[in-house]
Amino acid sequence: MQLKYRSKAGSFESSDILIIVEPAEEKTGRDIKINSAVMLQFGESIEKAITDVLNKYQIDDIRLIAQDKGALIPTISARAETAIKRSLGIQEGTL
Amino acid sequence: MKKNFKRRSMLYIPGNNPAMLQQGGVYGADSILLDLEDAVALNQKDAARILVRNMLKSINFYNSEVSVRVNPLNTPFGKADLEAIVPLQPDSIRIPKTETAEQLAELIETIEKIEDEHNLTHDKMTIHAMIETALGVQNVFEIAKFSKRVDAITIGGQDLTADMNIASTKDGGGIDFARKRIIMAAKANNIDAIDTVFVDIDDDEGLKKDAAYAKKIGFTGKAVINPRQIEPIHDIYSPTDEEIRKATKVYKAFVKNTKEGIGVFAVDGKMVDRPVVQRAEHILSLADIDLQSFE
Repeated sequence: MQLKYRSKAGSFESSDILIIVEPAEEKTGRDIKINSAVMLQFGESIEKAITDVLNKYQIDDIRLIAQDKGALIPTISARAETAIKRSLGIQEGTL
Repeated sequence: MKKNFKRRSMLYIPGNNPAMLQQGGVYGADSILLDLEDAVALNQKDAARILVRNMLKSINFYNSEVSVRVNPLNTPFGKADLEAIVPLQPDSIRIPKTETAEQLAELIETIEKIEDEHNLTHDKMTIHAMIETALGVQNVFEIAKFSKRVDAITIGGQDLTADMNIASTKDGGGIDFARKRIIMAAKANNIDAIDTVFVDIDDDEGLKKDAAYAKKIGFTGKAVINPRQIEPIHDIYSPTDEEIRKATKVYKAFVKNTKEGIGVFAVDGKMVDRPVVQRAEHILSLADIDLQSFE
């Protein structure tokens, strides 16, 4: 699916993660940048949680920045899903 | 389908706060309430819904009853909340601003349609109807008896005073009639009645006074907005050693006399009949004493 809007979800609060996404031109791939204090220990897990969401929504071309503040996997997945749905414009039950 | 939770305390947890959600079960509240309604900003409803859904799937809330407060169906958020949360079958769904039995009917129909779509039975998740308006107070008996799925009625004091155009005061004077009417409706239908929050988290004495009054007039427990409020409320709603001692004596005598076919008997010179035994059973269950151990 093709992203439509620049969007974000999450926060800089402890145990949260801020994820910002924006559309990228077709066939440019996924440009994912993750910052986290626990990058060495959990960087791979954080990236997997994000890419699982991208795979689910078949997002092949995207620019994504994630600033992690010690979020658990369900939080990372939730924030990625929210940002993607907002960017796709498919979020129901919201303003 | 009344559930066997104590419900002395019900801790509100904002639905868009990961730190509080992931720690929700460690505070020891009898019940925790993951809030998608008033604790969530209007432009974060989608984020909170997805976050709470994920937390329900993966976080251990230990022995706390897990309840989710959804947005009303007459908002843009209510149906989406139910579609995200109902498939995960938390212990209960809390419905804010319940005003009529018809409103409850629409809600239960929506919930049960979602359950049918996911091949779920209709007997696992209960409903807590929250009374927060003058109209809801007037209709509370009909609301309480409308469905077996409703196993608790709760009062929302902040919204109720706003609806009544009166000040919210620490003594709860303005909502006293509403509190008592809600308790009677709950008791008449053999379900729980949960009191409103005490908003001044720095006023420990005020909290104790308010909770003691709420217990005296018949509430099962009280909503709390800060983990600090849990322990004092548990102290107030838990039986004293003396109460447990007396209840134990009564229940032991009840078991012995029942075996001998005696219905009414005396303990310490006082008549014991079924209502006295029921009170003893309630006290022992609050003290986590297994009634089977008396057999």
